[in-house]
Amino acid sequence: MSPVETSVSARKRRHSLALTVGLVLVGINLSVAVLTLFWTPYDPLNASGGRLEAPSLLHWLGTDRLGRDLLTQLMIGARTALLVGIGAIAIGAMIGVSLGVVAAFATRLADDVMAATLDILIAFPTLLLAMLVVAASDSASLWTAILALGLAISAIVARLTRILAKRVLRQDYIVASRTSGTSWVGVVFRHVLPNIWPTLSINFALQFGLAVIAEASLSYLGLGAPPPNASWGRLLQEAQGTVYTAPIGAIAPGLALVALVIGMNLLADGLRDIADPTRGRSR
Amino acid sequence: MTALLDIRGLTIRTGDKPLVSDLSFTIRPGERIGLIGESGSGKSMTAMAATGLLPPSIAVTGSITLDGQQVVGAADKVMNRLRGVAAAVVFQEPLTALDPLMKIGRQIAEPVRRRLERDGGTASKDAIGREVRDLIDKVALPQPDRIINSYPHEVSGGQRQRVAIAMALACRPKILIADEPTTALDVTTQAEILKLLDQLVRETGMALLFISHDLPVVAQVVERVIVLKNGFAIEEGPVGTVFDKPHHDYTKTLVEAARLFDEALGTTGS
Ligand SMILES: Nc1ncnc2c1ncn2[C@@H]1O[C@H](COP(=O)(O)OP(=O)(O)OP(=O)(O)O)[C@@H](O)[C@H]1O
Ligand SMILES: [Mg+2]
Repeated sequence: MSPVETSVSARKRRHSLALTVGLVLVGINLSVAVLTLFWTPYDPLNASGGRLEAPSLLHWLGTDRLGRDLLTQLMIGARTALLVGIGAIAIGAMIGVSLGVVAAFATRLADDVMAATLDILIAFPTLLLAMLVVAASDSASLWTAILALGLAISAIVARLTRILAKRVLRQDYIVASRTSGTSWVGVVFRHVLPNIWPTLSINFALQFGLAVIAEASLSYLGLGAPPPNASWGRLLQEAQGTVYTAPIGAIAPGLALVALVIGMNLLADGLRDIADPTRGRSR
Repeated sequence: MTALLDIRGLTIRTGDKPLVSDLSFTIRPGERIGLIGESGSGKSMTAMAATGLLPPSIAVTGSITLDGQQVVGAADKVMNRLRGVAAAVVFQEPLTALDPLMKIGRQIAEPVRRRLERDGGTASKDAIGREVRDLIDKVALPQPDRIINSYPHEVSGGQRQRVAIAMALACRPKILIADEPTTALDVTTQAEILKLLDQLVRETGMALLFISHDLPVVAQVVERVIVLKNGFAIEEGPVGTVFDKPHHDYTKTLVEAARLFDEALGTTGS
């Protein structure tokens, strides 16, 4: 085997580890989320036991302060987390990548204006943005939370895309491709997007985690999904007062959140290594 | 015969600094011209100007006619119809001139597809695949199956330059602009690539603008040379004449340097 071929197979092996763990963590979350559409251990809205019961065979994770089954709440939270994360990233990616690419091509003045606008938007607290969105749409719902988070993410994504795209556009292979007659649109789709994707996807995974966490704060302020939509963030907030007497109420949603965020990051890492074959050699 | 590339009074400057001054030369179909000069003399600038791809911060005046179309001041859309069709370029550094994240087969397929569509032919996957293999054969790349599925960093420098040449050939340009295509390669590979370029240019009958700082290299593939110094053309003529009876002191030093290099090789090497 030539050195090149060895490094290729070593690369594939390493991918597969990060990818497998990531796929398992995200996969479990996804399966649970889908399952809750059809079945949950108990009624998520009504008490099914005493208040703050310790874990038992009937209630594997115990009950919350209203006597509802905690495992049920946690499972519904998985659905909310995925919905928030995926929805916010989808909005953020669509708006952010388009804006960023346009900014990368813009003339000096337009580019400066865009860069300054993005910096202001990024400095703007997500919470304030969420309040504006809620105010504009008259009521708080899961969707206004997702929209607000998506808009906040789009500013961050746009700024990153702009920097990455500018760097790619300076590369020799762009000029080389242009000399053979590739149009600017062709350059964007064939060279710029594939070359910035590995870095962008990692950022998406990071933003995904932040969005899920941010949704918790929004819920707490009444700007997120109103009850009965259980979310891990709200479970965490609700468990605050009883963290010493019933710690499982805080530990369980905390662990679930960490597992999903880590899973997303591993998945993105694994996918990035596939998208960027040049990385295999240097590590 | 009308000129394929006609450069008249070309001046290129950034701010007040002239990079190329009042340069004029003509390349007719099938002609092979060498542009030589030391590093920084403006050779690459001239090549980029000919395809209308200089950055907007660089001002171009004078006239460049490529295949009957005025390049200076032309809209990008107009130029884009000319790029690849009238002229294609092979660059000095084959690693950076290829997209690191695109498999080589796909990179060659791109200009092939564009040309097939341009000619009104069918750009079916099969037709493109066949052409890509043909081109890989033409530039004598070994193991076509592996090369097609490799990324640029997975093949050698010489092989990368063969890929770049294949991509340029895929366009079937009327003129090939080769900007120091062998400088980044070792001496043996350099000789092979030169031979390949020479053979391909003769076979296809396309014109050649060969850029180099190395007079003996240029002499192998062109008929006429233009010597550039600090952006000025200081000497022009048939390659033999310039080589044997250089007029300008600068050209003399280029010839002398080449002779000394050859001698050094002769005494220490074979
Ligand atoms: N983007 C740019 N902006 C301003 N000046 C530039 C730019 N690129 C190159 N130059 C300058 O233009 C001059 C001519 O450069 P050019 O690249 O044409 O040289 P060259 O003859 O191709 O040299 P080499 O043999 O090193 O490739 C150099 O002095 C260089 O510093
Ligand atoms: Mg150069």
